[in-house]
Amino acid sequence: MSEEIIVTVPEDSNSFVRSVAEKSYEYGFTTDVETEVIERGLTEETVRLISEKKGEPAWLLDFRLKAFRYWQTQKQPTWGHLQLPPIDYQAISYYADPTKKKKTLGGSPAEIDPELMRTFDKLGIPLEERMALSGTAVDAVMDSVSVKTTFREKLAEQGIIFCSISEAVKQHPELVQKYLGSVVPYRDNYFAALNSAVFSDGSFVYIPKGVRCPMELSTYFRINAQGTGQFERTLIVCDEDAYVSYLEGCTAPMRDENQLHAAIVEIVVEARAEVKYSTVQNWYPGDKDGKGGVLNLVTKRGLLRGKNAKLSWTQVETGSAITWKYPSCVLAGEGSQAEFYSVAVTNNLQQADTGTKMIHLAPRTRSTIISKGISAGRSQNSYRGLVRVAAKAEGARNYSSCDSLLLSSTCGAHTFPYMDVQNPTAVLEHEATTSKISEDQLFYCQQRGISQEEAVGLIVNGYAKDVLNKLPMEFAVEAQKLLSVSLEGTVG
Amino acid sequence: MKDISQYLELFRTERDLIDAHSVPALNALRDEAAAAFERMGFPSKKVERYRYTDVATAFAPNYGLNLSRLHIPVNPYEAFRCDIPNLSTSVYFVVNDSLYKDALPKATLPKGVIVDSLNALSMLDEVQAVHSPFSIFHSEDSLTALNSMLAQDALLIYIRAGVRAERPIQVVNILRSAVPLMVNRKVRIVAEAGAEVRLLFCDHAADDQDFLATQVMEVSVGEGAHVELYELEETHARCHRFANLYADVAAGGHLTHATLTLTNGLTRNQTDVCLSGKEASVNLLGCAITDGQQHVDNNTLIDHRAPGCTSRELYKYVVDEQSEGAFAGRILVREQAGQTESQETNANLVCTPEARIWTQPMLEIYADDVQCSHGSTVGQLNDEALFYMRQRGISESEARLLLKQAFASEVLNHITLEPLRDRLHYLIDKRFRGELNHCRTCRLCNKS
Repeated sequence: MSEEIIVTVPEDSNSFVRSVAEKSYEYGFTTDVETEVIERGLTEETVRLISEKKGEPAWLLDFRLKAFRYWQTQKQPTWGHLQLPPIDYQAISYYADPTKKKKTLGGSPAEIDPELMRTFDKLGIPLEERMALSGTAVDAVMDSVSVKTTFREKLAEQGIIFCSISEAVKQHPELVQKYLGSVVPYRDNYFAALNSAVFSDGSFVYIPKGVRCPMELSTYFRINAQGTGQFERTLIVCDEDAYVSYLEGCTAPMRDENQLHAAIVEIVVEARAEVKYSTVQNWYPGDKDGKGGVLNLVTKRGLLRGKNAKLSWTQVETGSAITWKYPSCVLAGEGSQAEFYSVAVTNNLQQADTGTKMIHLAPRTRSTIISKGISAGRSQNSYRGLVRVAAKAEGARNYSSCDSLLLSSTCGAHTFPYMDVQNPTAVLEHEATTSKISEDQLFYCQQRGISQEEAVGLIVNGYAKDVLNKLPMEFAVEAQKLLSVSLEGTVG
Repeated sequence: MKDISQYLELFRTERDLIDAHSVPALNALRDEAAAAFERMGFPSKKVERYRYTDVATAFAPNYGLNLSRLHIPVNPYEAFRCDIPNLSTSVYFVVNDSLYKDALPKATLPKGVIVDSLNALSMLDEVQAVHSPFSIFHSEDSLTALNSMLAQDALLIYIRAGVRAERPIQVVNILRSAVPLMVNRKVRIVAEAGAEVRLLFCDHAADDQDFLATQVMEVSVGEGAHVELYELEETHARCHRFANLYADVAAGGHLTHATLTLTNGLTRNQTDVCLSGKEASVNLLGCAITDGQQHVDNNTLIDHRAPGCTSRELYKYVVDEQSEGAFAGRILVREQAGQTESQETNANLVCTPEARIWTQPMLEIYADDVQCSHGSTVGQLNDEALFYMRQRGISESEARLLLKQAFASEVLNHITLEPLRDRLHYLIDKRFRGELNHCRTCRLCNKS
């Protein structure tokens, strides 16, 4: 899809940081690009059609079909602390390609619809090389298709593969076949099975042995077309002694209907390698009355395969009507380390049930969980986490801390931590607190002439600082602003 | 749904017999309870509250039931003497599921305190009318429903408004049978406004036999009343206990509930406390010391329904050998329950690679003006403390013992009744030394 395309757009400083909204949801516009959308509905034929459109090899179609058949036998899970609206899986189109028509019409394949370019510009993601200044390579995914990946050649010099997963299937089939589904098998859960059957695009990253990725890699997801779902699949493989920092951001237009987003992220970390995965999730959360919004039902998991591997998840969750997401780590390599830092903000009628799983399988593995929930309006915000220590995980260590901040009397904050320990040398600690925003702190700020709203922003940012500090610089600034925006008008 | 048929069948074929040896207050519940039990079946491990205990397997064997209430001759004093030095208690014995009244000196209770079986009390209209309580809970829990379907008697403990029961009331549950036996106990405790009472329930098994006990306890704590309820289990590896406790605490009332599991086979205690009146408070305590194949599962729910309530929860486990411990504590703060203060702590020591612990402290909060916290830890004895003691000439095993005792004593220190606390310290000490069953008068030990 995304050939080596270089498009120049007017010089502008990186607006990604600057442009973060003062308004309630700034990314709610839609883009008027011609998009090829296949018919709604999901049957085995749909799966075959997607595979055919993407020109996939037989093994991948086989994988999809197996997943689809498994999905059909499963029921949608109900255990989350969520009120999930009924999802009509037949009313969704499973493939939308905004690049397709332009290519066939415009002739030159090296040209991206200018409208599309403007969209990503508006989002603050100029798809060209001056991103070098900010040191980020971007893979932009709109609806089902990767629009463009920047900096490919530069990365390729060091042997790093960073491309859309469809491309990777064609160019590096051996790698994809080896790792696809190795961390999140299609039988993992209902939404994972759905994604495995219909996934359309996403990013593929391979960092070869001993290579330290010189820039941050980033994917930007956007749902645009109406009545479609987004089912992207990200696969990151970090070979021995390698390092990569990966960023993910997402937005969607405002629509009255719910949009389904069921993604899978798989990360494989080999011996002594390190992966940092940061997400700023800002899908459209629905309006004040809870109408519309993205249903964010995502499976993310990392496998720490080798000795002393390291994986760190950082997430700032401010968007989505419903979030159901548990970025997890399987610590299978001896001495491996996992971290999970999360800030989840819910406002109005948003619901979030998010947390992590730390599965300690090997000796001397360590994990840290820091989760900060902030609920306002009439929202429900839950932390759900599991720390499991298997019998062989000698000397495993976990520290979890989950705090919740309540900003209104009509919202809910919940904590559901699970611990399952089978080893006598493991040391686990968990603590959680829930309280409302401190009146003293508010009063102190207001006394000094800071408006109530600003004061809330300050306090919340201070509260979430432990997590925001873990984000790469650019994202941290964006996340801070996002926090203030999401909470506008919640106190008083 | 597994295997509920043997219980339903028994109920349907023996209905007349069950009713004939029971009282109308309990018979009135049976149909509804049976329907609820049939609808729910045995909870599988997929049911959130039953994740950690396999109920169906525990109920699968064929147990006998003493439906015609045959008198089982026993000398409770011989069977077991659960004495607490320096503390005089009013002692009652419950053999299997009926209150044992033969050959016992009548305990003297202050006026306004009644301890008796419901069967004996059925004439006391006063009590029946005021508290026609057996109740409402079968639709929620299938084991409570099963208990209500089969229970033929209940123990009633009633403390009239303003009465202070000076002497603690001790109830000794003795399991006694020559064949595998299932018992269904019901206990109803009513402390009216301003009443004060301390209760101690001890579970013992007098025979080396398979026992399956279900127990449903309903506790009402009136306005400003103060109830302390201690449950101590010292049975053996072939005993299965499923105890559900439902407590309601009215405005200004206080409940302390402690479960101490020292020896047992499989135990599941479910404790649901509802703080329904302003400024009510509850203190839940638990301590389990397990080894061998023991399985202890404590599942608690504290439901804050009124403003200004306080709850504290502290559970500690020491799991050794192949034993399993589970703790799930849910604190629910409803919208109207502002100014709630709640603290939940769970600490665990895992001693071997075969032992297993699950812990799940949960907060569910719908009000904003609250201060809630929970903490849980899983770990080992502190190496530095061990080293310190060994430096001072204390042998390693003794040092370990001391540290374990110190670990468990945090729970015991919340017990206000000093002689009882001392006694429990002593029992726990013996438990850690592996000497628990060697008591002076216990029939089991003397036999061997």
